[in-house]
Amino acid sequence: MSKKFMISCDEATAICDKNQYGEASRWDKLRLNFHLLLCKHCSAYSKQNSVITKMLGNYLDTCDGSKHLSDEEKKVLDIKLHDVMKKK
Amino acid sequence: MSSTKKHTLNPNKWIELYADYLFNYTITRVDNHDIAKDLVQETFFSGVKGQDNFRGQASERTWLISILKRKIIDHYRKINSAKGKKEVRMSFYTDGERKGSWIEECVPQNWANEAEKNIENDELKSALNLCIDHLPEKYRMVFLLKTVQEYETEEICNELDITSSNLWVIIHRARVQLRKCIEENWFNN
Repeated sequence: MSKKFMISCDEATAICDKNQYGEASRWDKLRLNFHLLLCKHCSAYSKQNSVITKMLGNYLDTCDGSKHLSDEEKKVLDIKLHDVMKKK
Repeated sequence: MSSTKKHTLNPNKWIELYADYLFNYTITRVDNHDIAKDLVQETFFSGVKGQDNFRGQASERTWLISILKRKIIDHYRKINSAKGKKEVRMSFYTDGERKGSWIEECVPQNWANEAEKNIENDELKSALNLCIDHLPEKYRMVFLLKTVQEYETEEICNELDITSSNLWVIIHRARVQLRKCIEENWFNN
């Protein structure tokens, strides 16, 4: 990223995204926060981005937990695995 | 065997002990029953073939998961090279005087119904899932690897042979598109 202090909305949101993973530098965060003071669109983006991150924190739990291998499938898998073990 | 606690492998018990766990781990990441089943199967096979590489430092389950993770990445790489890519929509002007500014119809709107209180809402969850599905494959893959599976940036870059700035551009575009999609499908209807 460039050295200039004033950044565009595109750059600001890019830093905001990086910051969701705690990987934005201090300089980037400074520029971002300054930009957010001046720009209501990016402020909205920033808030919503955090919401998305929170939702994704639960993403794995939201996936259908009822999916599983049937007993039949496990039996087949067991037989195949024993074949591989014999060959080993 | 030394007196310190050392883990051992017992493939005879793998199906019974780990099939469900590994399958669950996989299905949340590839979202296709048959592909998940194949990946679990390959993991067990590789495990048997690679038994000699097991040094007993990690538990059996951890070791199997590390093999599985690699299988999942390989799978992602394969689909990444496949055709049928969806388009990424731009939200910012890419040139001219307004370069880098929001394009009017992409400007974030207020999310009226207090999203934060709603993140447990089932319909919102399915809107999110739908929007993730609508990301172009490559974006979805990188985004999920980074966000949900919490791989290190470096790890993803090495595996997929992209630079870290590539990665952040992808994450950026994926998030901008995701935000907009959620807004369209959930908040403004």
